Amino acid sequence: MATPNKETLLDWYRQMVLIRRFEERCAELYQEGLIGGFLHLYIGQEATGVGAVSALTEKDHIITAYRDHGLALARGLDPNAIMAEMLGKRTGVSGGKGGSMHLANRDLHFWGGYGIVGGHLPLAAGIALSIQYQDLDEVVLAFMGDGATNIGYFHESLNLSAVWDLPVVWLIENNQYGMGTAVDRASGATELVRRAMAYSSENGRGMKMGPRLDGMDVQAVHDGISEAVEYARKNGPILVESLTYRLEGHSMGDPQRYRTKEEVESYVASGPIGRFRKVLTEKYKNIESRLDEIDAQMLQVVDDAVEFARNSDDPTYEDLISHVYVD
Amino acid sequence: MADTPITIREALSAALREEMRRDERVFIMGEEVGVWGGTYAVTRGFLDEFGAKRVRDTPISEMVIAGAATGAAMYGLRPIAEIMTINFAFLALDAIINHAAKVRYMFNGQFTVPLVIRTTTGGGKQLGATHSHAPEVIFAHFPGLYVGIPSTAYDAKGMLKAAIRDDNPVMFVEHSTMLQRRSEVPDDDDFVLPIGKSDVKREGDDVTIVTFGKGVEWSIKAAEMLEKDGIQAEIVDLRWLRPLDLEPVYESFKKTNRCVIVEESLPMFNVGAEVAAKLQENMFDYMDAPIKRVAAMDQPLPYSRDLELMALPSAEKVVAAVKELV
Repeated sequence: MATPNKETLLDWYRQMVLIRRFEERCAELYQEGLIGGFLHLYIGQEATGVGAVSALTEKDHIITAYRDHGLALARGLDPNAIMAEMLGKRTGVSGGKGGSMHLANRDLHFWGGYGIVGGHLPLAAGIALSIQYQDLDEVVLAFMGDGATNIGYFHESLNLSAVWDLPVVWLIENNQYGMGTAVDRASGATELVRRAMAYSSENGRGMKMGPRLDGMDVQAVHDGISEAVEYARKNGPILVESLTYRLEGHSMGDPQRYRTKEEVESYVASGPIGRFRKVLTEKYKNIESRLDEIDAQMLQVVDDAVEFARNSDDPTYEDLISHVYVD
Repeated sequence: MADTPITIREALSAALREEMRRDERVFIMGEEVGVWGGTYAVTRGFLDEFGAKRVRDTPISEMVIAGAATGAAMYGLRPIAEIMTINFAFLALDAIINHAAKVRYMFNGQFTVPLVIRTTTGGGKQLGATHSHAPEVIFAHFPGLYVGIPSTAYDAKGMLKAAIRDDNPVMFVEHSTMLQRRSEVPDDDDFVLPIGKSDVKREGDDVTIVTFGKGVEWSIKAAEMLEKDGIQAEIVDLRWLRPLDLEPVYESFKKTNRCVIVEESLPMFNVGAEVAAKLQENMFDYMDAPIKRVAAMDQPLPYSRDLELMALPSAEKVVAAVKELV
């Protein structure tokens, strides 16, 4: 596997900082009442999203659940249009009709965030079926939380992908809690990647059990998912787990009675952005100023996005009633 | 060889075969559709003609049948997903209602779901409470879906071909006890009936019977009985519960001023409730009598033959309802 060059590494850093700043601003806007509904922040999980998405080509596909802002940014959706969606504006990626949980951009093969736990997993299988049917050289990267591994959709979708050899990388973002229920209180298998064994045979047929990745290390995630994507492209489905941690609540207003402040603090100390910054400063001399510059730029990108969103038009009655059906 | 009488089963088969020959993107997936040939034999011979790529047996997994078909439709294919009976579609409600019917709207028109979900409905076969539902009205509750239910071979072929060619998700509901019914069907690859058009199945001046699916059969039999007593019933077959076309109902009601709605659904919150509400909203000045409904009894269906028949609608129940009005 080729070692990423300096500019690539800096781009990963840029993306992670963009996600962090974007999410912090979303939290503020939510408190101000400018963002409604549910708001699930990606803070703490940036290395998983950026590392995994960076392993794909432009033709490959991404689909995820409702914690979708970070992945949308990593895929290159316009921050202005994402922020406009947060504010329910007609310039939003989903025209103001989807909201925080339902970001998509078909042209970028970003098939959406989905609000129903597990509901997007069969869609991933279906997109992969279309790839196989049309004999395309593409792969689906399907993200899910640890909580989604306990719903029937997970079983049915992974099993079908194994029976039909569909080109899917199933990626469990294990952030340790499904809402407030810890993995070991919800799942018989606590090493979630072992679920792959239920869909594989001794002769190698079916689901490949992939690695458990250090989801706080962007390079480790990139490397692991790159291998998984190549496997899926050639052979069929593979299940990978990324061990990560969400530093904020499940959604805004989560009192977090299910974990201690000390536990959260311990992950803040080893957070993915600070950790990667350290890697970069050790690897490249005199890079601090470049990183500071990126930090400032990303703050500006988010400021601009908020400005764009605030100044955008609200959706109209015509928008309200459009796209229920194909006319 | 035009206009040969064929069965609904043959009409469905012909529609599927013609559309698969016409468009490579059309394929079938579901339980027992391939090697078995379809549990109602609608896809018999398809595996040989089209191969395993386009006639795909699935595990018994309704959630992923409906959900993966939705995903495949979003990315360029035109799937026909078969859910063996509508009772099993309850397992797939989230995939159908929250995903197939909603992704287009929720993402502001970025996605298109040219999907047909074929399924069979209805009681009357002594299968007990869980296997005997006629709940198509549930699916008609949700914008984003179309719901069609043919009552003749002619309609079955024309409606199914329309569903396959349409770019919206369609629940296509076939009554499991009507598959052997015969009627003349144009032997024409481009015979397509428009989506969302009701059809007057019988003309009459005394009472309007609004119905669909199995109800058409009960109503026609009832009309023949009523004719002996000098009562002429007009029968409007809705054919589509969504889009719902009530224009022929209104036209008929202007003439008859009386209406009975006949369906196999349960009696609360059913199609009759909707049609009656629309009639009083739009046709109040033409109303000469209360609107009557004939539906299944408000309870689960039993196994025992006589009890099951007691709980279902019948031609006799339709006759009794009409006679209360005229």
